[in-house]
Amino acid sequence: MAPTPLTLAVGPTENSVRVHPVVLFTITDAFLRRKEEQERVIGTLLGTIADGVVEVKNCYAVPHSESHDQVALDVQHHHTMAALQHRVNSREQIVGWFSTGDPDASRSRDALIHSFYGNECPNPVHLALDTSGQGGTMSVRAFVSCALSIGGRELAREFSEVDCEVRSTEAERVGVDLLSTELQEKLPGDMEGLADSFERLQQSLQQAQDYVDAVVAGKRKGNTAIGRYLAETVAAVPHFGREEFERMLTDQQNDCTLVLFLSKLIQAHLALADKLGTMQLPLL
Amino acid sequence: MAAKDAKQTKLPLKVVQLEGQVVLKIAKHCRESDASLRDSEATVTGQLLGLDVGSTLEITDCFPYPGNAGEEEQEAVGEGESYQLEMMRCMREVNADNNTVGWYQSTISGSFQVVEIIETFVSYMESLDRCVCIVYDITAAAGGALGLKAIRLSEAFVEAYREGSLTIEKIRAKGLSWRDMFVEIPITVHNSTMAAALAAEIAPSSAATTLDCERLNLGVAPLLEKNLEYLNDCLDDLMVEQGKLSMHQNQLRRQQQAIAQFKMQRRQENMARRAAGEEPLSEEPPEGMFKPVAEPNQLDNMLLSNQMASYCQHINSATQQALSKLTLMEGLQNAF
Repeated sequence: MAPTPLTLAVGPTENSVRVHPVVLFTITDAFLRRKEEQERVIGTLLGTIADGVVEVKNCYAVPHSESHDQVALDVQHHHTMAALQHRVNSREQIVGWFSTGDPDASRSRDALIHSFYGNECPNPVHLALDTSGQGGTMSVRAFVSCALSIGGRELAREFSEVDCEVRSTEAERVGVDLLSTELQEKLPGDMEGLADSFERLQQSLQQAQDYVDAVVAGKRKGNTAIGRYLAETVAAVPHFGREEFERMLTDQQNDCTLVLFLSKLIQAHLALADKLGTMQLPLL
Repeated sequence: MAAKDAKQTKLPLKVVQLEGQVVLKIAKHCRESDASLRDSEATVTGQLLGLDVGSTLEITDCFPYPGNAGEEEQEAVGEGESYQLEMMRCMREVNADNNTVGWYQSTISGSFQVVEIIETFVSYMESLDRCVCIVYDITAAAGGALGLKAIRLSEAFVEAYREGSLTIEKIRAKGLSWRDMFVEIPITVHNSTMAAALAAEIAPSSAATTLDCERLNLGVAPLLEKNLEYLNDCLDDLMVEQGKLSMHQNQLRRQQQAIAQFKMQRRQENMARRAAGEEPLSEEPPEGMFKPVAEPNQLDNMLLSNQMASYCQHINSATQQALSKLTLMEGLQNAF
């Protein structure tokens, strides 16, 4: 009988984790609001799993206490919150748990928590947000547990790190400036936002132009990859004949101006009705 | 903003301070439900938690309400309450602020200005002295703007509303106008140092963000179309309201004519009686003969005016932006 080979079986693990920024902000807030004697906070992650990608969309903190090699988790709280969150969004399910602090420092206890979450969902993800500030960054890391087995017999499980990506589009939509300053006095207006975008667009164009000019003048060595990107970008701009473009432009402009006129007209009516105090639009 | 300053003498509410995570949570809830329901009319709501500090209302956390909270079924209401209590208890266990300071809801442009919001405000105000409603405009957000607004009802309006039906006389006597119904409170956004550090950490390095792309999108036609459609609906409704009002005025005029006629008849009758040496009858019509005509409530009218003003404002800003974008396009095209 041939000896069974040693296998490091990797179960059906997810190969990457995508985190929405709201999760990280909630964790940070929970960390700041932790009890005095606590060193870290832990909690449950909610999200969806599709095509091997775990998308973490929501989370909530769970009260816990830990001593040297023991962890007590408020299971009641966890279940209540899970049920409540389920009522709001039934598509988000439990996908794992999070903790703050250095994930390598408390492995034995983490294993206990991880096995608990193993009962809540298949293949839980452990998300670790480094709040210590050491090394000058707040790193976000994700782990899954893999079984180490010999001959089909599971001997132990180990944490293995998986790719973790922060989906920043949501944060971008709200505005990075809004989130990265400690106190934003005034919310940006619509027109100011547009002006900002214009400026950034102009900067990008200027940068591209400077680069191309430098390469053409022979001051800089051209990079083919960048060149290809630039060519693709230029090719993506639809090309119109002068007349056609003029026509489209004026059409659009006329539409806009007409709608603007209409809306101003109604505003004038409303203002008149207000001044006359008749509660009736005068000319309608 | 003079109305705002005048309305509270003790400690005027000057600023609503939102925590960064609250902005994100609200945006997430409103956007996700919009995408899932595919029913733009459905609004989502949630509760705001925070602290009332001097003239600032700090909103430090929030949680969403489950869908269909608007359905007025007794069971659903009871369940909603238990949901709320459970959630607050859980939040308290993890040391979050658990004072209710108001609620948030999604909206499409100005469509939040309906009777329901006033009713909700008035019922909130019974237990809470200060509450705000944060409205998140989905259409504005889709166009790359933030679309967040903190509103509350003006004190003068609440007073008038509590006294019953809003008649024209009452509105005039109080000097109310539709402009004074809602008061917008400036919003500031606060982030803890750690949250700010986190935001800097996860900020993308690329020059153009999603926000830029959404802002620079040239296709404004659907947005304008939608706004015009709502504006049209509003105008129709307003016409109906005005029809009611003119019908009321007609009724009133007819009644007054009838009263005058009655008096005239009595006077002639009395002259005849006097000539015959009899006691004259009272010239006033007997009670119950002419019932006072109820004046239609002007609340809807005012709300519609408010909605229209919001739509107009939205259209103005959208068209102005579109025009500047077109000018930019012209410049780019000429450069080619």
